[in-house]
Amino acid sequence: MSENMKRIVIEPVTRVEGHGKVSILLDEQNKVKQARLHIVEFRGFEKFIQGRPYWEVPVLVQRLCGICPVSHHLAAAKAMDRIVGGENLTPTAEKMRRLCHYGQVLQSHVLHFFHLCSPDLLFGFDADPAIRNIIGVINKFPELAVQGVMMRKYGQEIIKATAGKKIHGTGAIPGGVNKNLSIEERDSLLKDLDQMMEWGKGAVKVAKDYTMENFDMVAPFGTFDSNHMSLIREDGAMDLYDGKLRAIDPEGNKIFDHVDVQKYTDYLLEEVKDWSYMKFPFIKSIGPEKGWYRVGPLSRINTCDFIDTPEAEKERKEFMALTDGKPNQITLAYHWTRMIEALHAIEKINELLHDSDLQGTDLVVTGKRREETVAMLEAPRGTLIHHYRVNKDDQVEMANLIVSTTNNNTAMNASVTKVAEDHLSGVEITEGLLNHIEVAIRAYDPCLSCATHAMGQMPLIISLFDHEGKLIDKKTKE
Amino acid sequence: MSEQIITITIDGQEVKGTPGQTIMEVADSAGVYIPRLCFLKGLTPHGSCRVCVVNVNGRPQTSCTQPIANGMVVENDTEEIKQLRKDIIDMLFVEGNHYCQFCEKSGNCELQAVAYRLGITAPKYPYQFPNKEIDATHPDIFLDLNRCILCARCIQTSRDVDGKTVFEFVNRGPEKKISVNADAKLSDTNLDVTDKVVDSCPVGSILKKRVGFAVPIGKRIYDKEAIGSEIEKG
Repeated sequence: MSENMKRIVIEPVTRVEGHGKVSILLDEQNKVKQARLHIVEFRGFEKFIQGRPYWEVPVLVQRLCGICPVSHHLAAAKAMDRIVGGENLTPTAEKMRRLCHYGQVLQSHVLHFFHLCSPDLLFGFDADPAIRNIIGVINKFPELAVQGVMMRKYGQEIIKATAGKKIHGTGAIPGGVNKNLSIEERDSLLKDLDQMMEWGKGAVKVAKDYTMENFDMVAPFGTFDSNHMSLIREDGAMDLYDGKLRAIDPEGNKIFDHVDVQKYTDYLLEEVKDWSYMKFPFIKSIGPEKGWYRVGPLSRINTCDFIDTPEAEKERKEFMALTDGKPNQITLAYHWTRMIEALHAIEKINELLHDSDLQGTDLVVTGKRREETVAMLEAPRGTLIHHYRVNKDDQVEMANLIVSTTNNNTAMNASVTKVAEDHLSGVEITEGLLNHIEVAIRAYDPCLSCATHAMGQMPLIISLFDHEGKLIDKKTKE
Repeated sequence: MSEQIITITIDGQEVKGTPGQTIMEVADSAGVYIPRLCFLKGLTPHGSCRVCVVNVNGRPQTSCTQPIANGMVVENDTEEIKQLRKDIIDMLFVEGNHYCQFCEKSGNCELQAVAYRLGITAPKYPYQFPNKEIDATHPDIFLDLNRCILCARCIQTSRDVDGKTVFEFVNRGPEKKISVNADAKLSDTNLDVTDKVVDSCPVGSILKKRVGFAVPIGKRIYDKEAIGSEIEKG
């Protein structure tokens, strides 16, 4: 570190999934010189699945995460579909998997919005941390807190009905699924659907009203122009389970469109930096400097032409009208779009529960064997890429997992830098101001465990060092 | 002449059998479950796993090998015996690499089921994390020694039922392991997927390829009822 500079470290970042830290380097005038989000976990899944049999992978890799394991379960199963030549699933198999996925998107999105983010939005970014937490929300806004819990429970029940367990089930197998949905399971889920729909609409309104009522603060907060990427359906509709890749620039022009996911390495590259375990993906044709992009709910709403469910589509139109149809770059609008997607998931669940294909008995198909496979899926946090090679003895030889949070790596760093520059430069640093940094990171709903393929929970430690590297202040919160 | 009847007590309950029957056999007939791992009906019992140990007239004996005798007093369901069994199961878990989380045998695994039945939630001994071999060369069968508990059921089944001697023990003590036909790969043996040995493994060491996780959670053998319930129901 050069002379006359201070370094502030936020470690770990709280109310996100996993473990990371932020370091901010200040000069003598307390101006921000550099801000970085470091991902300090290392897990090694890509290495230790080598040698395991391919049919074990969907169940093994989902252990990356306890929040959206279904994403990894389904992405790996989709990959292994191609290994066994069973990618053209039976209607029952595809719809069971979709139902499982929409259940997961719902539970993950509401967990993030109601439990992880709502304290910031309801109490303010620099409110007393003693009330700026989920217990504070339960005390002051009990109805909202209960809705969050019940909506998450509903999503989890769907996962249980489709995968056998609420967390880390086994529903998807190479070439299909291992169960259909019984009439009893269907009827039990239908019972609460109307309530979910009502709460889903309500959640969009909470997120929308928050954004509009605080627009002057929200709009520039950690905001910058970026490219966006997601899967889209053949007709341009949002599709969270399957599709082809589309990337758009900040103006909404297509950088690439309808790219077969098997060819992703022709379009995307990953850069390694020595200060983070998380890689930095970028669009090959533009290069690392300007080719990075965002993924997740904001990006999916920006890239898709429409949503194929009426209530969510109405909300999407209203959202896009804010920017006259151009990509919306407001980082905190991730929350609004996340709730639009939660509503979309509920509508899709409704559609599927009324589809008798879910009671079909044709569950698995196989065909011509392949050795290499790529699968993508829109996980709650964004585009998830699984790439494997399987040898003739059925063992995994190579695995590359580019998870949603990795796709957002550069973007999260950009947001951290923007917030640090806008809010921390030249002022005395307080806990509330440091929470601003975390608010920007939380907007992406990052899953840092997944992104590095640690476990555990650690207290937040903020350390302030002077230009000689001497610790001059330290704040700790559990 | 009518056959001689032998009467013993198991945990105070009178149980009758005939000469030559083992404690386990008469317990099974009487609906009394004695936990076990290396025992498999149809094979010659050899008492190697020690999980079926009971107190016989105050002395620990393996119930799968001990013939009954008139007036035997057998203790099966006592805290002391239960603790002995738990310790054995604990050691089996830490000596291998048993990751039930992603093992396709989970729900159908006898080691897991006995552990649950005995109330083991986590091993108390430190994990050894040994390096174990995997043999995936056979077109239809996957051999994963990470999960092997050295019960010898595969050795006996292959030899005595299939007539093939595909598996055998090599080395001694902590180095003891299952080996395939004098260290050849599984694909070099005459093992066939229809052989009885494939179904003999109590854990997830010998597996049919490409069928893992095909049975949904809820429909696996031990999802609804604890291991031994079938014996207790009679």
